Amino acid sequence: MIEQRVALMVDEVFQPTRCESRFITGSEAVKEAIQRSNITMAIAYPITPQSESMHLVGDLYAEGYIPDYFRGESEFAVMGQVAGAAMGGVRVFTATGGPGTLRAFEMFPCWAGMRLPIVCCFFTRGVNSPLSIQPDTIEMAFLLDTGIIMLHAEGAQDLYDFTLRAFAIAEQTDVHIPVGVFADGFFVTHTREMVTVGPPDVKLPPYDPHRSPVPAMDMEGVPVRHMRDPFVMKSNFISYAAHASWQQEILAAVERSRKYVHEYLGGLLETENEEADILIMAAGTAVSQSREAIQLARAQGIDVGLVKIKCLRPFPTEEIQHLARRARAIVVPEFNRVGWLAREIKSVVEDNSRVVGAPRVFGGMTMPSEMILAQLQACVPATR
Amino acid sequence: MKMALIRMSGLGGQGLVTAAHILGTAATKDGLMATVNPFFGAEKRLAPAESYVRISAEPIYQRGEVLFPNIIMIFHPHVITLGKCYTMPFFDGLQPEGTIIVNTDGDLGIGREDLEKLSALGARLYSIPATAIAVRVAETELATNMAMLGALIGIARIVTFGSLREAVLERFGGAKFVASGTTAALDNVLAAKFTKMDQLVDRNMQVMEAAAEAVQEHSITALRGDGCRVCGRQG
Repeated sequence: MIEQRVALMVDEVFQPTRCESRFITGSEAVKEAIQRSNITMAIAYPITPQSESMHLVGDLYAEGYIPDYFRGESEFAVMGQVAGAAMGGVRVFTATGGPGTLRAFEMFPCWAGMRLPIVCCFFTRGVNSPLSIQPDTIEMAFLLDTGIIMLHAEGAQDLYDFTLRAFAIAEQTDVHIPVGVFADGFFVTHTREMVTVGPPDVKLPPYDPHRSPVPAMDMEGVPVRHMRDPFVMKSNFISYAAHASWQQEILAAVERSRKYVHEYLGGLLETENEEADILIMAAGTAVSQSREAIQLARAQGIDVGLVKIKCLRPFPTEEIQHLARRARAIVVPEFNRVGWLAREIKSVVEDNSRVVGAPRVFGGMTMPSEMILAQLQACVPATR
Repeated sequence: MKMALIRMSGLGGQGLVTAAHILGTAATKDGLMATVNPFFGAEKRLAPAESYVRISAEPIYQRGEVLFPNIIMIFHPHVITLGKCYTMPFFDGLQPEGTIIVNTDGDLGIGREDLEKLSALGARLYSIPATAIAVRVAETELATNMAMLGALIGIARIVTFGSLREAVLERFGGAKFVASGTTAALDNVLAAKFTKMDQLVDRNMQVMEAAAEAVQEHSITALRGDGCRVCGRQG
């Protein structure tokens, strides 16, 4: 094992005094985060655009930063093996994306149901036929109700920060739920940009399995007991009630994570010029494209604000309701065809006819800033 | 400086992703902002591949493909003649008075209709026998990407040769870079051709410098056949 000093205060890892800027890809940013995460185990299965990140985590194993690492038989197998490691009481990491995410899908609600503090990076990619390996966030729509916490990184810097901080959020006793760190494939994973990282010789304090609200691998207690005991497997009212109350507890645990998302990510969203008549609400790289569009709009005298949504589960319901209250129009650009973020926003704001679910690009295409600008221009008559 | 929006189009295995990496790294060493990203389908040699570089003195937010480049670098004539690129025609989205650099030692292969469109855009068209220079100077086709970078610098001094040298050394000589299996294999082939890393870097720099000298501008008017082939003047 390579010697790393354990940070006495997590701020030493999250907001270090010694920092260094590097010109690296999003995949390399994942490696940097995991190097400082003090994980015991990582399990990998290749799937574009994720393969490079777990390859690089494998290099950390070769370099002695991770005690155990292996390649699973499939994405589904990996997610089951990761669950086993977490149930065994160790800090564990994996990554997947696109078709791999769907192949392993059953395990994500299982992770949540088992209250496992797994951190997994999801690198989005088109999942439909015909084949695309380029980014498309439609898989996030499918994952919204699995019970995992969902963070969405805008770029490589967010990916580094969110991945590292995800462990702290996941492992709180009153939360103890998996965290998915999402980033748009290629536009983040394969894009090289400047990223500020902390010193590599300091790592997070180890995971303490005694902080788990459920016993680790105890066949006599929840969550494992409910797998085999007649009280659940039997078809009767008690079994239904047990299952239903447990599902409510998972939702409650996700809700309790809000305060930690505030503590470690500085809030569930970030705003710029939030008093503007028109607000863009976006997540992931759609935020970056929006930043360019806002510059173009300002040059034309259009006043636009930006709401960057960092956390999708739990959803920043109250924050969005508050921000939307005075906005005359809310533009939601998305990298998917279903418009799941616009749907989420429409479900919480009053008078949701103000929410413009456009522009949308999908199938791996770039979203030109001009497309967002066109939507902003179309909103102007409504705001005057 | 105005943001440089560069689209590199070529075939898998030609080193476009590496060229973009080196160019972007050099820009950061010159104190500029840069982002670099690749675009390809299932990884295979000779399939269309692209990479994109954005360089600016200001923060860069745009991501993904460069849809409206001001510089297009064509690493293989088949991008033009066989349509091996993600946009058709190969110069789709080129900004007015944009620059095109084509790797060829013969005909540019651009049809008359496309030449008319390029003329209307006020595009500047350059060619460079990048593969031939790579073979002559570095004795390997794998240095074609270096020659293309040299041609770019010969036309527009976006980055300095000093920073390019540092970037090449970091890419091939640094322990930090981790490539995919195929890229690592190509790196090994390249490294095996030279006894020392310094030699590899020197030779790559020689390729760049030779290419910077050899890049040739073409008159689109002349190529259209309605003027002098040298100056484009009518009659």
